[in-house]
Amino acid sequence: MSRLSHLSRLEAESIHILREVVAECERPVMLYSIGKDSSVMLHLAVKAFFPARPPFPLLHVDTTWKFRQMIEFRDLTARRLGMDLIVHVNPDGLAMGINPFVHGSAVHTDVMKTQGLRQALDRHGFDAAFGGARRDEEKSRAKERVFSIRSPQHRWDPKRQRPELWRLYNTRTARGESLRVFLLSNWTELDIWQYIRQQDIPIVPLYFAAERPVVERDGALILVDDERLPLAPGERPQLRSVRFRTLGCYPLTGAIESSADSPEAIIAEMVAARTSERQGRLIDHDGAASMEKKKQEGYF
Amino acid sequence: MDAWLAAQGEKDLLRFITCGSVDDGKSTLIGRLLYESHMLLEDQIEALASDSRRLGTQGDELDFALLVDGLAAEREQGITIDVAYRFFATERRKYIVADTPGHEQYTRNMVTGASTADLAIILIDARKGVLTQTRRHSYLVSLLGIRRIVLAINKMDLVDYSQQLYGEVEHAYREFAARIGLTDIVAIPVSALRGDNVIERGAGMPWYQGPTLLAHLETVPIPDQIDAQSFRMPVQWVNRPNQDFRGFAGLIVGGAVRPGDTLRVLPSGFTSRVARIVTADGDLPQAVAGQSVTLTMEEEIDISRGDLLAAAAAPAGVSDKFEATIVWMSDEPMLPGRPYLLKCGTRTVTAAVAQLRYKVNVNTLEELAARQLELNEIGLVNLNLDQPLGFDPYTRNRDTGGFILIDRINNSTVGAGMLQAALRPAQNVHWQALDVDRGNRSVLKNQKACVLWFTGLSGAGKSTIANLVEKKLFGMGRHTYLLDGDNIRHGLNRDLGFTDADRVENIRRVGEVARLMTDAGLIVLVSFISPFRSERQLARSLLGTGEFFEIYVDTPLAVAEARDPKGLYQKARAGKIRNFTGIDSPYEPPENPEIHIETGRVSAEQAAEQVIGQLRIAGVIDRDWVFIP
Repeated sequence: MSRLSHLSRLEAESIHILREVVAECERPVMLYSIGKDSSVMLHLAVKAFFPARPPFPLLHVDTTWKFRQMIEFRDLTARRLGMDLIVHVNPDGLAMGINPFVHGSAVHTDVMKTQGLRQALDRHGFDAAFGGARRDEEKSRAKERVFSIRSPQHRWDPKRQRPELWRLYNTRTARGESLRVFLLSNWTELDIWQYIRQQDIPIVPLYFAAERPVVERDGALILVDDERLPLAPGERPQLRSVRFRTLGCYPLTGAIESSADSPEAIIAEMVAARTSERQGRLIDHDGAASMEKKKQEGYF
Repeated sequence: MDAWLAAQGEKDLLRFITCGSVDDGKSTLIGRLLYESHMLLEDQIEALASDSRRLGTQGDELDFALLVDGLAAEREQGITIDVAYRFFATERRKYIVADTPGHEQYTRNMVTGASTADLAIILIDARKGVLTQTRRHSYLVSLLGIRRIVLAINKMDLVDYSQQLYGEVEHAYREFAARIGLTDIVAIPVSALRGDNVIERGAGMPWYQGPTLLAHLETVPIPDQIDAQSFRMPVQWVNRPNQDFRGFAGLIVGGAVRPGDTLRVLPSGFTSRVARIVTADGDLPQAVAGQSVTLTMEEEIDISRGDLLAAAAAPAGVSDKFEATIVWMSDEPMLPGRPYLLKCGTRTVTAAVAQLRYKVNVNTLEELAARQLELNEIGLVNLNLDQPLGFDPYTRNRDTGGFILIDRINNSTVGAGMLQAALRPAQNVHWQALDVDRGNRSVLKNQKACVLWFTGLSGAGKSTIANLVEKKLFGMGRHTYLLDGDNIRHGLNRDLGFTDADRVENIRRVGEVARLMTDAGLIVLVSFISPFRSERQLARSLLGTGEFFEIYVDTPLAVAEARDPKGLYQKARAGKIRNFTGIDSPYEPPENPEIHIETGRVSAEQAAEQVIGQLRIAGVIDRDWVFIP
């Protein structure tokens, strides 16, 4: 019998985590952000519970500033798999007209993503939420547990995180507490792409290079996805061959110039690449320990 | 390109742990592995360069340690305090590195990191040689079942690349390691700071002919769970999408399985043959350790989450009493007798330590007597479970022999352990379900059955007060029984002396007798010195909530000794009695007794009334006696 490859091992580990949550938690949900990691998560969920359907809904915390192709892809995916999709937009943020251009990325992210997520989890009483964060993304994530416990206020307390030995996960929570479950903890960006390629997993077309209208700001290429993007005087969108390494809110997500239009080409580009993926996210640059701070406040 | 991509997806996976203390250069070593295997990207290197200038200890050079020291608080203290997982890959392998702290107060973190590692790199500072911490790390690694060791003798640049010194350190280590069962050791002289023998050969050590660290990691065989072990799969979840399908989902943790194989379900012992191995990619002809699958069975038998499926030809053991090694991970000490949740595989049961046989000094490996385990302490225990468990000894299979302990109140993971052996095979003795239970019996007696546990020094007045309380209860028409320490020692416990172990057994028996009597509906009064908290806790754990009243008869030692009704203190002082509580054996006063009687302030009569009053409040005797016509 041949040895299992690292992708097979990662897959088996993630499936194990998915099943453990479904067996032990009362109301799990999968946070579905529409990105490539979410696509992999969902694919793993389908495998874990086959021939049954994954026994939990998908939750998308919408900021109303996602790329249009993401929303199309989201609705199509939920229909294709026959899964329940909950879309939550923070009504307070909507009423306040929160907008990344006016309020800045920090406020926008806090109100629309962090607060929105808390609202949605509270409203539906979910006690466990699957998320696609990986330990290789950022230094402070390297110490994050697979099962991360959050207080009733959704705060992350480094001192209360539980040791995780072997494959034994402690899923118990007190009333009001909840778990974030990072089933892709041990995957790297390269593993994700290799798995997408190997399993032929559908992802949002924005990951693949195409001619798109962009403007250049602070060294980042911003896609002009709709008419809400205010153009500076003299600023004119240019058509360039670009793709995205991560997908978030379009005004906050920089594209890279690329001609890679398939998973194979992306992997080849990555191996040659010299820039890590979070650099495309403008929210990480607020200070060395900013991710850690966000996490304590309940950011995923 | 396709072939290359296919190869990228077919790497194998090596998980290892690095052990060393702050000054041994561990973070520097990991940082360098990441850097030199080109896992660092441009922006990360830029951030590292700027961090190095700001916070680093290496002047203008890159300080690799900053790459891996994650949390902000840790960065300021300059030490790593949690387990961080790092990833890098080469053409052959993907690596997951558990980076854990080395200090003694982080033993639990190291144990956590070691639990999933196939190999350990033990760092030694060449200038310092084998230290206490080296021995501790090696012991923990061995305890957690890691057999492959890389001894990285670091900072060779600071000892002029001395071959002789290297040889001495290696020799000293091998001699120690053999004593704790570690023999598969590859020693490599390195300088993590300069990169010598980490990935590239170092210029200063032409005398070293062995592999570089990375070359060794690339080629070391990965321990194989497939061939060496018998089939094991803890059932995680029963997949039942419709009436026609019933599948048992789980991750295979040992051996292999094929359709037609006969499996035994543990603990029930039923057997059935595998019908199909179902996956979303189609049915498999065979599945092996490390795969998550769903099995369907030929014969309809009861299988549910928490059961262990095992090869019928080589089944796992079943027991509810174990010898186990425990690593304590909580600030609250481990108390024998206190019930915890135990999770092993996918089964969660209630467990209590029946006996703490000894704790291990992790620095000297000495075995020491102890009554409880504190944070980061390791001990050998006898463990009692409320239900039987299918298991293998940890040395044979980590997944069916490793367990965690969870606090029932605050849900935190408080300990981890390794099952060594069953203390006796579980007998298929089931509790006989009876139609008349303790509730019926209590109601008939117009009372709530409970235990009144009087504890205090010899001569404190326990028996006097207990006698008065019983008389009052009797006068009120209640059904009681008084178990007195001296009387029980004349009969049931005649074989027991006064050593710590015998005292524990003494209390255990009395606790069990008291429980049977409450089953009979009685109010049981126990008058025992019972000096140790843990044993009183054990007795308490046998009873339900609200059924155990700990009554602390609080008399100062000087007063009790002055009374000395049986002349025992005098004998103890004269050395004629050993292990006498209060003299040469401690008394641990209750921390939160239900009833606290200070005999200096109240008479025996008042004390008895105080107890009766409390029993009324607690509803034990809430109604006065009424004749039922």
